[in-house]
Amino acid sequence: MNKKVRILIAKPGLDGHDRGAKYIARALKDAGYEVIYTGIRQTPEAIVKTAIQEDVDFIGLSLLSGAHNELFPRVTELLKKHGAEDIIVFGGGIIPEEDIPFLKSKGIKAIFTPGTPIRDVIDFIESQKEAKNNE
Amino acid sequence: MNELVEGIISGNTRAISKAISLVENDGPDKIELLKEIHRYVGESVIIGITGPPGAGKSSLINVLIKEYRKQGKKVGILAIDPTSPFTGGALLGDRLRMQDHSTDENVFIRSLATRGHLGGISLATSDAVKILDAAGFEIILLETVGVGQAEIEIVEASDIVLLVLVPGYGDEIQVLKAGIIEIGDIYVINKADQMDATKLKTTIEYYLELSPDKNANHRKVVLTSSLTGSGVDSLIHEINSTYNFFRKKGILNERRKTRIRKEILRILNSRILESINQTFNGRNFDSSINKILNKKIDPYTIADSIFEEMKKRSQT
Amino acid sequence: MAKENDIKKHYQNWKNHTVAKGTSRFPERKKNFKTTSGIPIDTTYFPREDPRETYLEKLSFPGTYPFTRGIQPTMYRSRLWTMRQYAGFGTAEESNKRYKYLLQQGQTGLSIAFDLPTQLGYDSDDPRSEGEVGKVGVAIDTLKDMEILLDGIPLDKVSTSMTINAPAAILLAMYILVGEKQNVPREKLRGTIQNDILKEYVARGTYIFPPKPSLRIITNIFEFCSKEMPNWNTISISGYHIREAGANAIQEIAFTMANAIEYVKSAISAGLDVDTFAGRLSFFFNAHNDLFEEVAKFRAARRVWAKIMKEKFGAKNPRSMMLRFHTQTAGSTLTAQQPDNNVIRVTIQTLAAVLGGTQSLHTNSKDEALGLPSEESVRIALRTQQIVAHESGVANTVDPLGGSYYIEYLTDEIEKRVWDYLTKIEKMGGVIKAIESGFIQKEIQDSAFEYQKEVESGERIIVGVNKFRIEEEPKDLEILKVKPEVRIKQIEKLQEVKKNRNNSAVEEKLKQLKACAENENKNLMPPIIEAVKEYATIGEICGVLREVFGEYKENIVI
Repeated sequence: MNKKVRILIAKPGLDGHDRGAKYIARALKDAGYEVIYTGIRQTPEAIVKTAIQEDVDFIGLSLLSGAHNELFPRVTELLKKHGAEDIIVFGGGIIPEEDIPFLKSKGIKAIFTPGTPIRDVIDFIESQKEAKNNE
Repeated sequence: MNELVEGIISGNTRAISKAISLVENDGPDKIELLKEIHRYVGESVIIGITGPPGAGKSSLINVLIKEYRKQGKKVGILAIDPTSPFTGGALLGDRLRMQDHSTDENVFIRSLATRGHLGGISLATSDAVKILDAAGFEIILLETVGVGQAEIEIVEASDIVLLVLVPGYGDEIQVLKAGIIEIGDIYVINKADQMDATKLKTTIEYYLELSPDKNANHRKVVLTSSLTGSGVDSLIHEINSTYNFFRKKGILNERRKTRIRKEILRILNSRILESINQTFNGRNFDSSINKILNKKIDPYTIADSIFEEMKKRSQT
Repeated sequence: MAKENDIKKHYQNWKNHTVAKGTSRFPERKKNFKTTSGIPIDTTYFPREDPRETYLEKLSFPGTYPFTRGIQPTMYRSRLWTMRQYAGFGTAEESNKRYKYLLQQGQTGLSIAFDLPTQLGYDSDDPRSEGEVGKVGVAIDTLKDMEILLDGIPLDKVSTSMTINAPAAILLAMYILVGEKQNVPREKLRGTIQNDILKEYVARGTYIFPPKPSLRIITNIFEFCSKEMPNWNTISISGYHIREAGANAIQEIAFTMANAIEYVKSAISAGLDVDTFAGRLSFFFNAHNDLFEEVAKFRAARRVWAKIMKEKFGAKNPRSMMLRFHTQTAGSTLTAQQPDNNVIRVTIQTLAAVLGGTQSLHTNSKDEALGLPSEESVRIALRTQQIVAHESGVANTVDPLGGSYYIEYLTDEIEKRVWDYLTKIEKMGGVIKAIESGFIQKEIQDSAFEYQKEVESGERIIVGVNKFRIEEEPKDLEILKVKPEVRIKQIEKLQEVKKNRNNSAVEEKLKQLKACAENENKNLMPPIIEAVKEYATIGEICGVLREVFGEYKENIVI
């Protein structure tokens, strides 16, 4: 089985700052993954539908407008509703440390705050992939 | 397996998606799946869409989907993008120009990476097409990388090929590129609202006139604008009339037969390769290679002796 | 001439002997030094030309063409730059409080931040607004919110900058009407609307309509203001966001100028005479880390703009050739790690802006990478400007760095490279073609990617992030958060307004607006003002315009 890791990078909500998301998408492509980037202003519904059609292993959510507490859990909620909670969700952007426990409780596996080296994101993906393969 | 097949034929998104991953990753159940769904395959019209980068293929597909949806048709789309030969990764961004349909249940969009294959489509494409076919998508659109001469595989994989061009990019040169003119069944000049398309149209029609292909005069040139949507209903009209023409003249059947023939050969090829790899598992031919390097022997003789050895082994 | 050759010869000798000897014992820190935009930096600089031959043509005096040294003769000696902190969050009441606080603390102009739903023409009760109401700016749904926002703020005394683009006409209409309520006639109102849609397509992402109708709205505003609001800046052509998206200093200026050229062209084709509107065009730039490159950048920008207006557009009035600009310190350079360090970064960036001759300045707060600025951190940001203004002495003469060999070299280099870009874009058929083909986005993306790679590899040091890190980050920083109840409050307010207004009048005005929008030759400002007066909501007005103009689809280049 030669599964290639497929990752959806998405920007939920109205925030148009995509420099970070684009960088992550490009860097993950350089790391050997198949990355689907769907641009700005995505609704949680569209993100989940895309994730299912593309059979991604991960969804990376990028948000800088402060709406993460509302929109990130919507994504994990919808994934559950469609029976796709095996898709691993991580996030990044302007997210205060104090919000991270709440987001984790809602099913977001990791949050990468500003200044995180891309190496950390790749390590996270690889370790999650290992864990899944060992199941 | 039954569950998966059930899911596919009932149009369940997750099932379709998982099935495509299965064929993409060449999983152990792939062959069984393809055997199971074979009887549901053959109803769809497969339209290949190719052309140079920047021609607006994805945006054109977006308006095509809209039009087909108005006609009540279910549409499946496979958007193929290149895998980086250096990193093995890929950035699949075609679907973002098809955003209008992101929540429509009757539209299924899947991005595929070429994963090293050089033909312009991915190896899994034709298998993925079968899955969409079995799932009831009456129209299947294949969007390829669009590098021109490498597009030959799109012809095999499709019933009809649309070649999308854009005026102003060196019109004559585009058309002259050997191979490109022969690929299309319908020539779509996109962004016709922005630039003067007449020169390009005339150039194509001129070359078609000179073409030795007896069916060339049935090939049409359509002007479209994916921005305004103009020309799209004419395009669909052309697609339908071309499809009917192909069916009547037996061309459709010919193409499908060629496809099947090539598929059998492809499967055979990979079986043989697999068998060779298994037979010679671990052996590294170093001494033979050294002999060739030192001009003691040539590669053909070596290959022949390996082949003979294989034949002997398979008989035992 | 002979004297110059002498110096050059000496320089060569010095380089080949003295420097070579020095570096054999103490090698330089890098193999190649260059600015963030790739301009090579030599060990030191020296006079390459006789200033008597070039001074008047290339520099001249402040307030004189080509305005390299500044657009006014006395600059800060007469009047300091406007200290204008961008602010806004939550409800209009909360923002009104913050504005009063800032004015009290010595800020000299207002700058309003609107939330994303407002910027995108959605009401607070729109499903797309979920989670976004009041987060990145104040939520404004109707004129009622604007009245509360500006309550107690004398619009005849305070100039206001509004960072609003696609729905700029609507917010301008609201401001006019609030002014009228205060008995301040519109011709007395002073301020700016950002109103720069082209940069939205490549760097900021808050567009609504496609380019053609967007440009029509913009030129309608130019026309309206040239007749009725002579003290209002109709546009703030922005490079800030382009820089933040990853562009380098040269691209920041080049792409801004390309956009500016497009706006001027549009206005001229709409029949406006260049000297009637050009004096009210303003700009908005970034103040980044490389101090000298930034100062040179501002000087080069002034010279380029002056030449464009005079030579390309034939402007006659010197006011049309003066580059007036607001600056903001670079938000993207501030770190979440060891946030106190950001105060120092902002100080250096403030110096860059002031030495570069900005007309007005916003300084970021130290918690920029963590959330909205708290009262304390925004006060420190304001104090930064005040200390530079009153204690450092840099404001006591105009263009103090003028004549520095390094600065003049950088100014010339940046100017040259900006012209290269402008020529390239012109050859492509103009900036809109460049945007459609993805050229500008690709340039920005490539710079952004390169920069990030340098950070990841350690080649570019960011203190506290990839060097000089600490294990335990301080956790005591209070971060300002917007409560989710803001949305509920806004929705309640909205329902109140809808109940109390004359709904049939609103319907009528929206109908008239639609008819006007469908006619390319009509000016949209009057019907917008009419609709706003009746308390039509932003969502209702933009809904009509979306119907007529359609929505822009992102052209993703990655």
